[in-house]
Amino acid sequence: MINIFKIAIRNLMRYKRRTMLTSLLIVIGVCMVVLFSGLAGSFKSMMIGIITDSSIGHLQIHKKGYVASIDTLPLNMNLSAEQYKKVAGVLDGKPAIEAYAPRVKFGAMLSNYAESTSVRLSAIDPVREQRVCTALYTRLKNKHDPAEPILKPGEVIIPERIAKAMKIKPGAPVVLVATNKDGSVNGMEYTMTAVIEDILGPGGKDGYMHIDDARKLLRIKGGEVTEIVIRAKPDASFDKVVKGLMAELPGLEIHTWEKLSPFANIAGMIDLMIITVKIIMIAIVLISVLNVMLMSVFERIREIGTIAAMGTLPSRIMGLFVAEGFSLGLLGTVAGLVLGVAGLLLVKALEINFEFGRMKGLVLRPEINVSELLVIGSIVLLAAVLAALQPAYKASRMEPVDALGHV
Amino acid sequence: MSLVQLKDISKSYKLGEVEIPALSDVTLDIDKGRLVTFIGPSGSGKTTLLNVIGCMDRPDSGSVTIDSRRIDNLDRKGAARFRGENLGFIFQSFNLIPVLSVFENVEYPLMMIQKTPPAERRERVMRLLEAVGMADQAEKRPDRISGGQRQRVAVARALVTNPRLVLADEPTANLDKKTALDVLDLMRAMRDEFGTTFLFSTHDPRIVEHADVIHGIEDGKLVEHSQFLEGMQSHD
Repeated sequence: MINIFKIAIRNLMRYKRRTMLTSLLIVIGVCMVVLFSGLAGSFKSMMIGIITDSSIGHLQIHKKGYVASIDTLPLNMNLSAEQYKKVAGVLDGKPAIEAYAPRVKFGAMLSNYAESTSVRLSAIDPVREQRVCTALYTRLKNKHDPAEPILKPGEVIIPERIAKAMKIKPGAPVVLVATNKDGSVNGMEYTMTAVIEDILGPGGKDGYMHIDDARKLLRIKGGEVTEIVIRAKPDASFDKVVKGLMAELPGLEIHTWEKLSPFANIAGMIDLMIITVKIIMIAIVLISVLNVMLMSVFERIREIGTIAAMGTLPSRIMGLFVAEGFSLGLLGTVAGLVLGVAGLLLVKALEINFEFGRMKGLVLRPEINVSELLVIGSIVLLAAVLAALQPAYKASRMEPVDALGHV
Repeated sequence: MSLVQLKDISKSYKLGEVEIPALSDVTLDIDKGRLVTFIGPSGSGKTTLLNVIGCMDRPDSGSVTIDSRRIDNLDRKGAARFRGENLGFIFQSFNLIPVLSVFENVEYPLMMIQKTPPAERRERVMRLLEAVGMADQAEKRPDRISGGQRQRVAVARALVTNPRLVLADEPTANLDKKTALDVLDLMRAMRDEFGTTFLFSTHDPRIVEHADVIHGIEDGKLVEHSQFLEGMQSHD
């Protein structure tokens, strides 16, 4: 095998310029894929991280049918205190779960005593919530110590758009009026302590308050919750966790972030674009290696005749040319991967800022993991071998008499 | 005892609609350890005959036996295997592999065909290179040595696997007279040292007299060779 590769590499070096040009094409293709995968993949991961860590968590548990009617924020689809206890017991026993937090979600009217508007509220247990949504505090407009709870009972955090429109400043009193599930209306006064920026969600009307306050406002008895938001451990497979939970929690619905955030569609499109770029790269490799190998076979017909006449088996002749294609692919792949990773490191070092939606000052820190590099490398090598197969087969099928007589 | 037995070998080629006979009812026995030459004009069938004996072409009819083994009915793989194990080839244009050194060219059949262990390969290659007087050029590439030296390397390559039979199609055609005779002497020396049988075709009268056995061939048939020798010598 080593000897086959030795001859293959020498044959490649025989036509240095052609080998270099073909390798350059492969290098550009691989480099392009590594850069694009690294940039787009990192952007996607960053956005997913922002969305899950500062808003919706990795997974959520609801009563069956809640997500389908989430626009109306129905209170009659809350989980009972017993159900929550049962879920908590299950979650406590799952090593893949890092943290979970209960939420009560409802719609209310917010008033500053001069004007009022509708608002969607997530009532949270701040300590538990911050274990799940570890970056929630980063959405607060005013600086906040992450070690401190983002709110206390009696306080509300309102979205930036409403705060601006209604000219509500931190420390100002506000009234929340909500209808409970029996249809009666209740209103209570709170202090607005912080303004929160929305991320990708439409409307920008999501505020936060303490879960105990919400239960009082909505006159909820016991430990009813609307949803349980979960943070999984970094190496956990969301799908596996969901499957495990579904088996133990029949009658409840468990969703990953992808089912809850519209960004999942954008993430899907990014994946599609990465696949498209990979397909382009495969085409580049296939065409360039096929072209070089066809030329190589055509130019060396007499040589093929000689080695065939000497008794080289057809399979070995085929192996010689496949090894040549593989070596060509390997040369381009290694150089392309090195250049691509170097490009990503350069972009990372440059700390390029960008905006996405209402998010400003995001810093692009592209990364690509080794497994992705291995996948890209394997695809290129496979494409190079596939491209070399036809010319190699043609060489192996040559009759020595015809090949030796070729002029 | 005969090493090669040809019985009623016929072979023709199609050129469009026209069928051109290349060999007609050739029957021939070739003994072991001889230096045998086929002489005849261009297109007489010398190369086709060598190709048939060399397991590279199949006769339309008749049988070819080498060392008591029928070889005219072997498939592609079987023929390749037979060639690799039993035959050596010397080509008119030397046909050395340009990316390999002199040493590696001679080593090639042992390495890629017979899979001989490296230590034994080295020993056999160097023995052959010394025998053909090319040991001091072992590391050079073929484009760095002369035509005569290339053919010496080709002889070493053909003999390195200890073949029973070496086939050479016009081995001296691209060489000057002195070099051609040197190569012939070399083949004789190798025949004496290794007991190898050499079959070669030529239309060069300078080298015919060095053969042990001379066969004339014309229009695909074996004929009395003296007429060619006379004709060739008069041209010469």
